[in-house]
Amino acid sequence: MTPADLAAQAANLAHQASVLAQNAAGVAAVAAQSAPPAAPFVFLFSIFVLAVFVGYYVVWSVTPALHSPLMAVTNAISSVIIVGAMLATGLHGSMVAHVFGFLAVVLVSVNIFGGFAVTNRMLAMFKKK
Amino acid sequence: MNQSFTSLAYLVAAVLFILALRGLSHPTTSRQGNRFGIIGMVIAVAATFLHGGMDWGWALVILLGIAIGGSIGLVVAQKIKMTALPQLVAAFHSLVGLAAVFVAVSALNAPQSFGIGTPHHIHTESLVEMSIGLAIGAITFTGSIIAFAKLQALMKGTPITFRGQHQLNGGIGILILVLIVAFVISGGSTVLFSLIAILAFALGFLLIIPIGGADMPVVVSMLNSYSGWAASGIGFTIGNLALIVTGALVGSSGAILSYIMCKGMNRSIINVIAGGFGNSADAGPAGVSTEGKAVKHGSADDAAFIMKNASKVIVVPGYGMAVSQAQHALREMGDILKDDGVEVKYAIHPVAGRMPGHMNVLLAEASVPYDDVFELEQINNEFATADVVYVIGANDVTNPAAKTNPQSPIFGMPILEVDKAKTVLFVKRGMSSGYAGVDNELFFRDNTMMLFGDAKKMTEEIVQALGN
Repeated sequence: MTPADLAAQAANLAHQASVLAQNAAGVAAVAAQSAPPAAPFVFLFSIFVLAVFVGYYVVWSVTPALHSPLMAVTNAISSVIIVGAMLATGLHGSMVAHVFGFLAVVLVSVNIFGGFAVTNRMLAMFKKK
Repeated sequence: MNQSFTSLAYLVAAVLFILALRGLSHPTTSRQGNRFGIIGMVIAVAATFLHGGMDWGWALVILLGIAIGGSIGLVVAQKIKMTALPQLVAAFHSLVGLAAVFVAVSALNAPQSFGIGTPHHIHTESLVEMSIGLAIGAITFTGSIIAFAKLQALMKGTPITFRGQHQLNGGIGILILVLIVAFVISGGSTVLFSLIAILAFALGFLLIIPIGGADMPVVVSMLNSYSGWAASGIGFTIGNLALIVTGALVGSSGAILSYIMCKGMNRSIINVIAGGFGNSADAGPAGVSTEGKAVKHGSADDAAFIMKNASKVIVVPGYGMAVSQAQHALREMGDILKDDGVEVKYAIHPVAGRMPGHMNVLLAEASVPYDDVFELEQINNEFATADVVYVIGANDVTNPAAKTNPQSPIFGMPILEVDKAKTVLFVKRGMSSGYAGVDNELFFRDNTMMLFGDAKKMTEEIVQALGN
């Protein structure tokens, strides 16, 4: 695949994502009008369901030869849970939140750096003839 | 920072994560994809630092945590042997699971930090999401620890089963659901929260112990999926878009990989989770009777001679190649044969190794070009035109019983049809059967030659013999 192809596909995906986001925003807007307290959940849940579909199609297009890097990189990106850990540590919550948040930051940082690095190491080994 | 700017940053991160997975559709685009993933992560972390109300003293503590964890991660990623990838991934999954548990604890203790209420007055839906995130995170944690212990051989790979096991697991699962309901009704009881955590930790442990070592590709994929759903659960709790999207991506990715692995073994996911596969006692009578049959065995010189005179050789690697680290010797052998004008290809079965795609990584590590490596569907028709098939460390995935013997426990499993080649060379330590406990009738065929010995040593000897 040429870089141009990739760029085109990336653009296409970005477009799809923006359409999804618009749809989700639309759903959220409707929900917000009808029942304000329920709005956040319905909004987030629509995004979740759409993301499952995006994940389904994207993952099926991954070549089987790269299934190990796929596992390593999905592991790395699921560590975006660090966002929650950072909020727990950094905001004026409670001592318990600070401590558990900090521990979680350390744990997922191992994952983030380790996951991306090992993925990179694997991918660097795949060479053409 | 402005709330909608932060949300936008998270959306951008989520899109970059999607692109990271998209890049993996081909080796040439994959490294760019990985870079997208890294950029996405940097954006998500930066946006969180700029969150209003972030205490700068504690922000430094966060940076310290990232530095500590990050250095450990980088060192591990550099040092790890490629054969040990499956256990590394299992260990990484356990960290995500435990982190989800910790974030859930923090959210219960300091809900105001996440905008989900005040202590003892947490929104009902947040309580639901929090306890689900907690339960899945805890199951992922202990489950991954057991998977790690089995893969690292700290624990025997044989399934641990006992009577009433499934009833017990089912009971604990139902109990967890009941406790979640009670927890939500109680408005966030710490006692119930702890009980859910303890039971979920126990369930993760109990779910994985009955699963045998060779079924680990499915388990590792499944835990990958769980870690995603746990992340999503926490994402719902704290209302974070990047976390929800990423969790959904990872969750579906792991689920698809589990499905592919199960299909590769012709088993249902339920069957794998129920475990107990590999108890040769019940597989014995169903196998082909091989008593009294003789096998032909040869030496490295014989093998070298046969391969030198071939025009097409297909190599079938399995877990045994990984165990003896034979991939480098194998590539040398391939190079010499290619220099002699022999066509050399590699055939990979979906469940070869201990995690999806494991063999591809090991061959890539030994600098085998990826365009010489083929998946089962791509290459199965070519065995008929091959002069020699070199089976190294694989067994069940070549067993014709999967097609011919309905009584065999592996019946229906897609196999590499190596029996169609003119000559089959089997590198094996001894006559033991594969993990399914089934005899392989191929060993006794006229066109099969057994090469007894360690996979790496045998291949090195062949390399030497080819050089002469």
